[in-house]
Amino acid sequence: MSQPAIRVHGATQRFGARTIFRDVDFEVATGEVFVILGGSGCGKSTLMRQLIGLLPPSAGDIEVLGVRITGPGRDGALEGLRRRIGVMFQSGALLGSMTLLENVMLPLEMFTPLPPEAREAVARVKLGLVGLGDAAELMPAEISGGMAKRAGIARALALDPPLLFLDEPSAGLDPITSAGLDRLILSLRDDLGATFVVVTHELASILAIADRCIMLDRGAYPDAGGLIATGVPRQLREESTDPRVRAFFRREALPEAAA
Amino acid sequence: MSDAGAQFGLERPGGEAGGRAVLRLSGRLDALGAAAIWRPVLRAVPPEGALTIDLHEVPYCDMAGASLLVAIEAARPAGPRPTITGASPRIAALVEAARTASLRTPHRPAAAPRPWASLRAGWQAALNGVAFFGELTLAWIRLPGRRRMLRMGDLLRYADQAGVRALPLVLLLGYLMGLILAFQSAIPMRRFGADLFVANLVAISLLRELGPLLSAVILAGRTGSAFAAEIGTMKVNEEVDALTTMGLDTMTMQVLPRLLAAMLVMPALALALDIAGLLGMATVMNAFGFPLVTIAHQVQSAAKLSDLFGGLFKGMCFGGAVAVIGCRAGLATGVGPRAVGEAATAAVVGGIVATVLLDGLFALLFYRLGL
Repeated sequence: MSQPAIRVHGATQRFGARTIFRDVDFEVATGEVFVILGGSGCGKSTLMRQLIGLLPPSAGDIEVLGVRITGPGRDGALEGLRRRIGVMFQSGALLGSMTLLENVMLPLEMFTPLPPEAREAVARVKLGLVGLGDAAELMPAEISGGMAKRAGIARALALDPPLLFLDEPSAGLDPITSAGLDRLILSLRDDLGATFVVVTHELASILAIADRCIMLDRGAYPDAGGLIATGVPRQLREESTDPRVRAFFRREALPEAAA
Repeated sequence: MSDAGAQFGLERPGGEAGGRAVLRLSGRLDALGAAAIWRPVLRAVPPEGALTIDLHEVPYCDMAGASLLVAIEAARPAGPRPTITGASPRIAALVEAARTASLRTPHRPAAAPRPWASLRAGWQAALNGVAFFGELTLAWIRLPGRRRMLRMGDLLRYADQAGVRALPLVLLLGYLMGLILAFQSAIPMRRFGADLFVANLVAISLLRELGPLLSAVILAGRTGSAFAAEIGTMKVNEEVDALTTMGLDTMTMQVLPRLLAAMLVMPALALALDIAGLLGMATVMNAFGFPLVTIAHQVQSAAKLSDLFGGLFKGMCFGGAVAVIGCRAGLATGVGPRAVGEAATAAVVGGIVATVLLDGLFALLFYRLGL
C-alpha cells in the first residue's frame, strides 16, 4: 500500500473548557472507504471539519494527501490541497443563485482550462452519475433535500478529486436512493481509485460500503470524548467487547452504567 | 509515453474514402489533458463510418476523460458507436458509467415564456394583497377570542425596536431639517423683510407634513425592512408553517403586534421630530437676532392645535401602512437565499410609496374638511 491518504495524530478539539475529543489517532489508506461513526454530539462532524481544514485542531497533527495542514504554513498548504479534495456538506450547500448544472460547472470553470461546452458535458455526466440528469436546469430552491444532497456529491466530484469527504450522505434519503448512493461510492472507489471519508450513522450503509471505520464516543475518557474503536465494521460487530460498540452495531439500548 | 498533456492522432488505414478510422489518444486524460484536445478531437472525428478509439497509450483517465469519449460518441449521431481498444478494465468501467450517466441526461430546452405571464402575476399579486387585508381584518374581528395569542411582551419589544431605538435618529434628523429649512427660507424672505415669518412657515410645514412624513420614512427604512426580514426568515425556516400547524394564527401572533406597535410609536416619533425641528429653526432664528420669546409667540399664533393633531393622526396611519406592508412583504417571501433581501427591499419601497400616496389622500381630505 502506498502512502496513506490521511494521517491523524493526537487530534484534539476544545471549545472553551469543554473537550469534545482528545488524542484521536488514525490513518486512512489510499483507495478505501473510511467511515467515521458515533452517536450524535460525539464530534464526528467536528473531526471532519478538522480534516477538511475548516477548523484548526486545538492540538495534534493532521496530514492530508501528504500535506500537513496543522501548525505553521497551514493556510498555504490548504490552498493547494482544496482543489484535490471534494466535500459534500450535510445539506448539499449548493449556491442558491445558480442552477444545479452551474453549481457543478463552477469548480471546473475556476480550476480547469476546459472550454465551456466541455465543462457542460463533464458536469452533465457528474449529475447523471448521481441520478440528477433530468434536473440539471433546476434551481436549488426547487429540489428536495435528498436531491440537493446528491447534487452536492456531483459538485464534490466535479474535479475528480482523489479524496472525497461526505457528511451524512444517506441521512434523510429513502432506502432506494441511499442504496444507489452506496453503489456509486463503491464504483467510484473502484473505477477512479478515489478515497472516501464518510461521516454517517446509517448502519446499513456502514456495513455496505465501509472498508474500515473508527468510532468516537463522548465518554471515551472520564473528562472528554475520543476514539473507542478502530477496525472493519463486520468484525467490530461480531467481536468487539466494548458495550458501546456492541450497542451501536446491534441497535441495542446501552446498559445504564455505560450510558 | 508522455506523462504531460494529452495528444491525439487520426489514421485512416483504408484511405480517405470510407474504411475504418482509428483515433489514437495518448497521455493523461484528466481535466487538463481533456481540455487540451477537446475541441480539436471533436472537430477531427469523422461524422460517420466505423471508428476505433485506441487507448493503449493512455495511462490515466478520469471522469473528465471519460466525458470526452462520450462526447465523441455523441458528436457522431449518424455513425456507429466507436470501438474502444486498449482500455484497462478500470477505464472501461469508467467510460461505461459516464455513458450511462449521460444517457440519463436529456438536454431540455428552457421553457418558452408564456404570453401575459407578467400581467397574470401582477393580477395575482394584487389579489393576494386583497386577501391579506381580508385576513388582517378577520384577525382584528376574532381578536377578542384570541387575546392570548397577542402577546404583550412581543408588542412591547416591537415598540421598543420601532420607537425608542429610533428616537436618537429622529431627533437628529428633525433638528437638522428645522435648521436647514429655516436657513434656506430665511435668506430669500429677508429680502422682503419677512424673515420673522420663517417661524410660521417652518412650524406649519413641520407639524402638518414633514413631521409625520419623515418619521414614516425613517420607520420604513429601520423597521419596515426589519419586520419583513424577521418574518421572511421565519418563513424560510418553516417557523410560520410550524405556528400554523400548532393552530396559532400568524396574523394574530406576528402581524398584529407589529402593526399595533408601529401605530403606537409613530405619533410619538412624529411629535419628537416636530419638537426637534422647531428647536433647529429657533437656533437659526436666534442667530439672526430674534429673541426666543418672539419665535415662540410666532409659532403659537401660526400653528393651530388641529395642525398638530392632524399631523400626529397622519403619522399613526403612516405607521400602520408601513407595518402592514413590511409584514406582508415578509409573509410573501419566496424560497432561496435572495428572497429575504428582496422582501426587505419591497418593504422599504412599498412603505415609502404608500406613505406618500396616503399623504396625498390626507391633503385632499383635510382640504375638503376645511382643516
